[in-house]
Amino acid sequence: MARPREIGKAGWGWTLFSGLVSLVYFFPVLWIVLTAFKTRTDALAVPAKFFFTPTLQNFINVFYRSSITAGASQATEFPLYFFNSIFVSGTSVALAIVLGTLAAYAFSRYPLRGNDTYLFIILTTRMMPPIVVIIPIFLMFRLTGLSGTYWGIILLYTAFNIPFSIWLVKSFFDELNPEIEDAARMDGANERRVFFGVCLPQVLAGLAATFVFGLILTWNEFLFALLLTGVETRTVPVAMARTMGGEVGVDYGLLAAIVTLFLVPIFIVTYLLQNQLLRGVTFGTVKK
Amino acid sequence: MAAASPHERMGSPRDAGGFFAWLMAPERRGPLLVAPAVIVLFVMNIFPLLWSFGLSFFNYRANRQDVPGFVGLRFYERVLNDPDVWDRFQTTAIIVGSSVILQLIVGFLLALMFAREFPLRRILLMLVLAPMMLSFVSVGVFFKLYYEPTFGLLSQFVSTFTGQPYVLLGTPMGAIMGIVVADAWMWSPFVMLLVLAGLVSVPKYLYEAAEIDRASWWRRFRTITFPYIKSLLLLAVLFRTIETFKLFDIVYIITEGGPGTATETIAVFTYRVAFQFFRTSQSSALAYIILFVVIVLTNLYLYAVKRREQEVA
Repeated sequence: MARPREIGKAGWGWTLFSGLVSLVYFFPVLWIVLTAFKTRTDALAVPAKFFFTPTLQNFINVFYRSSITAGASQATEFPLYFFNSIFVSGTSVALAIVLGTLAAYAFSRYPLRGNDTYLFIILTTRMMPPIVVIIPIFLMFRLTGLSGTYWGIILLYTAFNIPFSIWLVKSFFDELNPEIEDAARMDGANERRVFFGVCLPQVLAGLAATFVFGLILTWNEFLFALLLTGVETRTVPVAMARTMGGEVGVDYGLLAAIVTLFLVPIFIVTYLLQNQLLRGVTFGTVKK
Repeated sequence: MAAASPHERMGSPRDAGGFFAWLMAPERRGPLLVAPAVIVLFVMNIFPLLWSFGLSFFNYRANRQDVPGFVGLRFYERVLNDPDVWDRFQTTAIIVGSSVILQLIVGFLLALMFAREFPLRRILLMLVLAPMMLSFVSVGVFFKLYYEPTFGLLSQFVSTFTGQPYVLLGTPMGAIMGIVVADAWMWSPFVMLLVLAGLVSVPKYLYEAAEIDRASWWRRFRTITFPYIKSLLLLAVLFRTIETFKLFDIVYIITEGGPGTATETIAVFTYRVAFQFFRTSQSSALAYIILFVVIVLTNLYLYAVKRREQEVA
């Protein structure tokens, strides 16, 4: 075989090998998914059960739970929490991309004096440990009444996503060929058309990468959601943590069912935008 | 070329005279476009940051009503002279160091595996990426279950050889290992993505040339592959170091910092100071010291990004 080894085609043999490795790596997740289909006794059986009669009871329990006192089944708030998670992460990531793209375009095309310093300060805000700002933000939210509202948590997540959005999208704008823009200007396009008609369509892949990256980081955010969301705006990670309390101990089956359901949307989005994700994690430093 | 008249700016065909003309002038276009993002950042990040910076100079407790008094640098002095703080920094360094090294090794090997084209690659890649998409809470809870002496899979596996239940989290060493494995498992895919991005950016003709020269695998790796992924590896190290430095949820759920304080990272310690002892100002001072470390690391990180950009260009 005279084929270069590092990057190249490999056959089903390699699929078999990587399949085994991937399965081992995936095993802790697989176990969570299996636990979601187990009864309470099966979930904590010793020795651990790999083969069992699957039940959908845990998934039903996520949405309808029989309370110990009343006995009758009662609808839970989980549909709302799932909606909240999707709405809050989706909106804030999208909003961050819109604001980030405008800023990135400016940083790329109309550099200010001290451009790099501003970019650095912007990135630093993302790197800082949440513990630094959690108390002021908590106090601020309480004073302004943003606590427990959609707007509050969406704006906060937007702020968290803006730095990455700016950095990523800027790297895509930086790569574009300015001659095309100049040609458009010669043809009489105004600045608005240059942006919407020429530049933006060329960075759509970059926006997709930013979206996936931002979504993965926002989807599971817990600490701020715990402190700043209310009954109406609670997201799934917080609701998940709340199901663990109680006198009967952790209901692993129920928890696993929530984790599994919560994994599905982000898994699908990531699968669809997988090729863009490669771009996303490297801050757009990888050229095509 | 850019002789755009004022009202042509970015979709605002409004009043071209007076204030708007001034606002829309080409030289203000940049700041204007940056403004919305910066305003959100200022309100949600920078302002709270300055607030807590202020708090760190006052004697403030979040659970008391009395007017806080100015104490200057007393909390910084206290924090820096506290042997506990240095102890927690040491714990953090051990956890961060071992976790990042483990992530690098695992991520790198996974990337080598996925750098080839083979059937079902996209789907298998998703299996490996899955841990990254779980929440810290669920990883924490389920790894705690896996480590549990009676029901846990780890203990059951080990006891088939030893006949004894295995208590991983009972010793300081074991508890640190437990946390490192959970964190590294979750974030190795991230390193993998970075390395993979580097690997696929290596021009193929270089390998073909090496093939003609009959270069050994190691030589090819050292002279062709490694230069292309070097700065990406550095990126991965720095990014993961910064993130792991803030590690909180997993530690808090799996060990709560125990046994004793063996796994109490600086983030968990700060959380305790802030929300269990309500020494708000002291926690702010502590948080600022963390921030300082993070800024230093961020600088290194940016340096790495810059280098990468220069290499590719």
